[in-house]
Amino acid sequence: MEEEMLKQLEDLKKRVGKLEKNRKDQLSIAIVSGDLDKILATMIISLAAAASDTKVKLFFSFWALSALRDQKKKAHGKDFISKMFGLMLPKGRNKLKLSKMNMMGMGPAMIKFLMRKQNVMSLDEMFKQAAELGIEIIVCEMSMNLMGFKKEEIIDYPHLSYAGAATFVAEASESSIQFFI
Amino acid sequence: MNADELKKLNVAQTVDARGTSCPGPLLAAKKAVGEIESGEILEVLSSDEGTKNDIPKWCEKMEHEFLGIIEEDSYFRLFLKKA
Repeated sequence: MEEEMLKQLEDLKKRVGKLEKNRKDQLSIAIVSGDLDKILATMIISLAAAASDTKVKLFFSFWALSALRDQKKKAHGKDFISKMFGLMLPKGRNKLKLSKMNMMGMGPAMIKFLMRKQNVMSLDEMFKQAAELGIEIIVCEMSMNLMGFKKEEIIDYPHLSYAGAATFVAEASESSIQFFI
Repeated sequence: MNADELKKLNVAQTVDARGTSCPGPLLAAKKAVGEIESGEILEVLSSDEGTKNDIPKWCEKMEHEFLGIIEEDSYFRLFLKKA
């Protein structure tokens, strides 16, 4: 009887150990939206997580890629459709639109005014802090090609890499927190 | 700890995050905690109401010991002991 209990306990210990190993203290977010409000929410949650020593990996794809465009950089050799996409989509995090109440740019201007007034960090400052805290940005290469963006127009960020959906799935499956914005 | 006990603490460092909004105070606390030794006490000043809940939760996760809050007129003084 006792032997049986000990065996069960040993078995449970192994399983708990395995579970603990499977779930890392990590936040993985797949970001598809390129709205100012959603990118702000992404960065605020990520900074709070990183400040709590949670590893943060942000997977940027589709519309969210606009937030990673560098306003000062130019990409060459684009085809017609890519050029059109490039013209129509916001060029960088400071040109993003609000998902609601955009009002031809008045909305974002008002939000930025309120953020300054209430001492909320700007997106520029948030990206700087994110870099300091080691938050990783992973760019979805497929959607980047689809949107006609080129690597040469992506921001300089110390922890930036390129990958695909399988990387997100693998990272998310090991993370204690994952979500989709 | 109550306010009188908190006031008697030997604070190793005070970080003033007044005026900043979430997650400013948290980032300030994280930075300051890196500059003190284990067992030393950090005081965080914040005028952001949410910090009252955020810092204790953060301490729980980081395994620092949250000691308490003193409410001043327009800000809060939060005390914690580094793990």
